[in-house]
Amino acid sequence: MSTATQSAYLVTALCFILALKGLSSPKTARNGNLIGAFGAAIAVVVTVGQRHLGHRPLIIGAIVVGAVVAVPAARMVKMTAIPQMVALFNGVGGGAAMLVALDEYVRLHRLDSTAASIAVAFTAIVGSVSFTGSLITFAKLQELMTGRPILVPGAQFVTSLVGLGAVGCGIAAVAASSVPLLVICTALSLALGVLFVLPVGGADVPVVISLLNAFTGLTVAASGYVLDNTLLIVAGTLVGASGTMLTQLMAHAMGRPITGVLFGAFSGSSTAGSTAELTSSADRGVRSAGADDIAILLAYARKVAIVPGYGLAVAQAQHTCRELVDLLESRGVQVFYAIHPVAGRMPGHMNVLLAEANVPYEQLKEMDDANPEFSSTDVAVVVGANDVVNPAARDSVGSPIYGMPILNVDEATNVVFMKRSMRPGFAGIDNELLYHPKTTLFFGDAKDSLSKLVAAVKAL
Amino acid sequence: MNNIGLLTIFMLSMFVGFEVISKVSAVLHTPLMSGANAIHGVILVGAILITGTATGAVQITLGLVAVVLATANMVGGFVVTDRMLEMFKGRGKAKAAVAAKDATDERPAT
Repeated sequence: MSTATQSAYLVTALCFILALKGLSSPKTARNGNLIGAFGAAIAVVVTVGQRHLGHRPLIIGAIVVGAVVAVPAARMVKMTAIPQMVALFNGVGGGAAMLVALDEYVRLHRLDSTAASIAVAFTAIVGSVSFTGSLITFAKLQELMTGRPILVPGAQFVTSLVGLGAVGCGIAAVAASSVPLLVICTALSLALGVLFVLPVGGADVPVVISLLNAFTGLTVAASGYVLDNTLLIVAGTLVGASGTMLTQLMAHAMGRPITGVLFGAFSGSSTAGSTAELTSSADRGVRSAGADDIAILLAYARKVAIVPGYGLAVAQAQHTCRELVDLLESRGVQVFYAIHPVAGRMPGHMNVLLAEANVPYEQLKEMDDANPEFSSTDVAVVVGANDVVNPAARDSVGSPIYGMPILNVDEATNVVFMKRSMRPGFAGIDNELLYHPKTTLFFGDAKDSLSKLVAAVKAL
Repeated sequence: MNNIGLLTIFMLSMFVGFEVISKVSAVLHTPLMSGANAIHGVILVGAILITGTATGAVQITLGLVAVVLATANMVGGFVVTDRMLEMFKGRGKAKAAVAAKDATDERPAT
């Protein structure tokens, strides 16, 4: 590889470091991302431009195909669907890294060092897990399958067996430099990715995406070792390390240890929502009301808190929500939004949505600022959120979500829940607050309900 | 490059990766994950190199599939991240306006 190419790769590596640095502060985030894209572009152009590269037209064609598929998908995807889009892109990246290592192995059949063979086996295993694991998280978030943890009796045993099988085949493939064994290892690893993610509960999926992202990073680093390419090692390791760190931060924001997220479902104690609780409380009475009653409650309140959740996102109700808030403010009601860090499907999901509806920054309160306000709040309106306001996380030690920081909406004088149905939240846990005497339920799609409220408040 | 050289790069990159992320607000977790996701799309470079020296239909096909997937990862990743961050624009302005209003107050370090 020429010195010019190597130098270009060095520039790219520096761009990537600056990109990550930029992305960790709101002010510089957008520029950070652009720097990263710029660095990546340099590396690709220089690589394609190498003098001895064969099959250049085919390669350029393949790049065009990839870009033509990905750009419209990324541009057009609804804001609510962005988390699964990230999962999907992560998955295909893991798949690509796995293919690169396999291709190199098939070609050389025997690598010049044992270390490189181990790196190939590592890539085959971790890349495959990342690939199928990401596809399952995609399916869960896209609601192609249930978001609940899927627990099969004996699953733990099967998963361990498949995992051991994959590692065993990997070792054997390295020892015997056998291509068929490596293919079996890859097949087992693909199955492992599915088994690994199936038991993870919906609320924990974002943490798993982040972890798989770190996995893909490490896979890329291992491919870089096989190909003797420093850029891949640097970029892959950066993502692997920062991704691991980020996974921990996210798990921490949800008040859960990372091991609880990953293995909780297996031990049956944490991720899994208990369905037994649900049946016992299904017949309990709740109080529901129509738009007119709630409009009066809101219009004559002094202070109102809006607590947005996934229901708001999925109904695309952020604009209608803002309309209602503006209307209330014009009547002299003080309104603020209480934003839980993991409301929605991803950390920061609500901030993004409300920013899209041009909600003024001053009206948004993060959890730590919002919680002291609830005791002086007349009405807390929960729009399509559930788990993030569930007092069980604070009070009930046995609850699967115990320890997760929540918004203390139960301290407000009145609580209004806008929900589509009595179905529990994404974590699959019942919410005591729904049955509380100070709680009123307003059933329906968030957007419809908010429109009805806007009309009702106008008519007052 | 020899093994120790590669190992050195690996270890140093790891420390940089940890350091760079150490303190991030929850609001930026998703864009940051998405940005990191785009960065590992650089496996595209590996895919191109390997396809460029491939012989035989199997190798070329594997390589080209890897190129398509890696491009989707890289390009899609950066575009999706940019879209997410675009949404913060309005917020940034509001923030700046507030900062300008309270010009007499001490500015928080960023």
